[in-house]
Amino acid sequence: MSEMIPALDWQAIFVAPWTTDFSIYGWIFLMGFLVCAACGLAGNYLILRRMALVGDAISHSVLPGLAIAFLAANAWTNRQASGEGIDLAVEPSGHGISYGFAIFMGALIAGVLTTLMIEIIHTRTRIKQDAAIGITFSTLFAFGVVLISVYADKVDLDADCVLHGEIAFVSIQPFFTIGAYQLAPSPVIRMGCVTFLTLGLMVVFYKELLVSSFDPGLASSMGINATFVHYALMCWLSVIVVSAFEAVGAILVIAMLILPGATASMLTTRFPIVLVLSLLHAAASSVLGLHLAIWLNSSTAGCMVVAGAGIFCVAWVFSPSQGILQNWLKRRRNSKRLTGGEIGTETVGES
Amino acid sequence: MKYLRLNLIGWILLLFMAALTPVHAARIGDITEISVWDQTVRFFSFKDPSLRYALTGAILLGLTCGLLGSFLVVRKLALLGDTLSHAVLPGVAAGFLWDMDKNPVAIFIGATVAGLLGSFMVTRITSTTKLKEDTALGMVLACFFGVGICLVTMIQRLPSGNKSGIDKFLFGQAASLGQSDIQLMAVVTLLTFGLVWLFYKELLTVSFDPGFAYSVMIPVAWVHHGFMLLLAFSVVIALQAVGVVLVSAMLITPAATAYLMTDRLHRMLLFACLTGMLAGIMGAFFSFLGHQLPTGPFMVLSAAVLFAVAFFFAPSHGVIIKWWTRRSRSGRVRRENTLKAVFHVLEQEKFRQEGVTLVELAELRRQTLDGTEASCLELVRLGYGTMPPGEKAFYLTPKGMRRAQTIVRNHRLWELYLTDAANYSPDHVHDDAEEIEHILGEDLVRQLERQLNFADRDPHGKPIPSAEEIISAHGTVQSSPPAATGYRKPS
Repeated sequence: MSEMIPALDWQAIFVAPWTTDFSIYGWIFLMGFLVCAACGLAGNYLILRRMALVGDAISHSVLPGLAIAFLAANAWTNRQASGEGIDLAVEPSGHGISYGFAIFMGALIAGVLTTLMIEIIHTRTRIKQDAAIGITFSTLFAFGVVLISVYADKVDLDADCVLHGEIAFVSIQPFFTIGAYQLAPSPVIRMGCVTFLTLGLMVVFYKELLVSSFDPGLASSMGINATFVHYALMCWLSVIVVSAFEAVGAILVIAMLILPGATASMLTTRFPIVLVLSLLHAAASSVLGLHLAIWLNSSTAGCMVVAGAGIFCVAWVFSPSQGILQNWLKRRRNSKRLTGGEIGTETVGES
Repeated sequence: MKYLRLNLIGWILLLFMAALTPVHAARIGDITEISVWDQTVRFFSFKDPSLRYALTGAILLGLTCGLLGSFLVVRKLALLGDTLSHAVLPGVAAGFLWDMDKNPVAIFIGATVAGLLGSFMVTRITSTTKLKEDTALGMVLACFFGVGICLVTMIQRLPSGNKSGIDKFLFGQAASLGQSDIQLMAVVTLLTFGLVWLFYKELLTVSFDPGFAYSVMIPVAWVHHGFMLLLAFSVVIALQAVGVVLVSAMLITPAATAYLMTDRLHRMLLFACLTGMLAGIMGAFFSFLGHQLPTGPFMVLSAAVLFAVAFFFAPSHGVIIKWWTRRSRSGRVRRENTLKAVFHVLEQEKFRQEGVTLVELAELRRQTLDGTEASCLELVRLGYGTMPPGEKAFYLTPKGMRRAQTIVRNHRLWELYLTDAANYSPDHVHDDAEEIEHILGEDLVRQLERQLNFADRDPHGKPIPSAEEIISAHGTVQSSPPAATGYRKPS
């Protein structure tokens, strides 16, 4: 047990990542932040629409989409060139585009398929939505795992990696170059594009998303097609999830989707502030998670989730408006006032 | 019901004894080059002891998960099973750390504690914050899993200890089940079945009507906590065979399949156990056919196939059956509306003419002439009327007349009932009666007649065809008005 937790070495854990080893940990931090930010922004809408578990479903069911996309792209490149295997980790620059496109399509199809299957099972039969979600994602996930284990030699996806991913490999990926200038590791570039697109889409369609999340009836009276917004959100969610897949895996991505929004909504009720706070939570949890991972020599993504959960717990306890501590203090103050004999002089509505 | 329970318990005892028989042999994965047929034969000969373990394990977990999953599905808590199954991972890792070995009891205790802690956290978050239940479930699921992943990664990077097998908890490999695992599974299965049998009434009441359960002094909270404990047990024993991620599928899918098959809880429990067992056997079989393939996903896919079959073909809740009944019902409504229209045309003419022309009918129904002809031909085919060739007219047979009168009577009785008994104004009752006239059964009509004192006029002053009239129209004796036949006598 004692060998599991190494000594807390200040220099190695807190200083080195930002100074001597910045070329490695800088990218890991950036990748973690980009994943958390994209997921957190999209996750806010999931929480509002009470679809947090649909996010869970989509994060599981992109797996078969991903596996099929790999197989398809593999078959395509094999036909194009010699039968040299290509994998996710070392992406030859020549095939990057076809892979990226295949994965993008796989994610979109998986997203639509999941949403459709849930809708069909729950509208056509007496089965409730939660059970429909459970059946859909577990079936698709199992299908994905079977595909991966049957075509293990053709799909370079490690089954464990599917569950928790590994951000730490980011910095050893080939760099994306423009001319002679080395820009960044290509996964970071890809995730960066997705994150900025997410941000851009959210700014452009802010009103549509907000109205259809809070009040679908009002949305349709304003001429916004709520069904279309629903499907579009699901599709974009699966794109985000599939880009984050490599770094954090299928299940930890759920934490990245829900934690920032949940923490932010503990602190405020204004939606624009919630969006900003969820970005802050993303940054804080990736920094803390990074240090935790270096200290414990553990999975980076897992540690980022643990750090995010820790921040949520702090907000849960100390939130000035609805924290446990605040509620307790309020109750104590009230009971003191009531037992202090002032009950007759107080108006009832004031508490 | 009693017999059925005894039967089930007998089966479980049998499995239990099979599990306790000491056998030692190679693991499933040892064979590498054998044809599919040989593997199938080997599977069904049950000679391979490790296969017997795997199969027994799969069956036991199918039974337990099906039984408990049914309660989850009817209580709309399906995803609590999902959360619980992910939340046990840190407990598994902690149990592993206890003595750095795959000790089933330590892992069992650790995982159960973690699962209970997870479900407790969900309750705390939803009760103390404004966050909704789905958010709380998702958050607990992923955060516990994150902690678990951290622990598992740390264990795997440790220099010492026997760490093989901890990764089996992620996707499940039934072939890695040992004798002690099976014994544990059998004990839990027996315990689950025993407790559900003993507290069936309490569980039933709490699942469907917690308020009523509370009022008849059933300790609702205790039943809930006890159920959560059993659920945590069943998740934990299913871990090694199905894996953390897919346990929830074994809880939800067989139960949902059974939910489509029947409306009674005890039958649903039986179906869910059977489906779970079947899925377990199929999963073990397919994973045995392909070497080294994980068992869990195959089990889940088998359950999904069974669900798909129930989704399409289940009696009364299957999609195809529902589509068929809806189609036949809409056909009947269409036919009855045509008959009613014929009756209305005849009534306008005070039953002085024998039949109606298609033009009159089309005008009344605001239909095209072709459409009217098609619906009349449908009635002719079913013997409700005749359409002599060359004549653009439709004549009701006695049978058709009777049917039309019945529909009109239902309609007008209902209108009268709504105005008299429910105080609707007479101009608001027509649409309601349009719907109900196709559904009212003979008993209900008798009751309506009695309650309305056998009235013969509807709120709009039109006569209600009485029962005697409908019956006598069939016979030879003509009731009043003798001249008004309204249909052509069979010659």
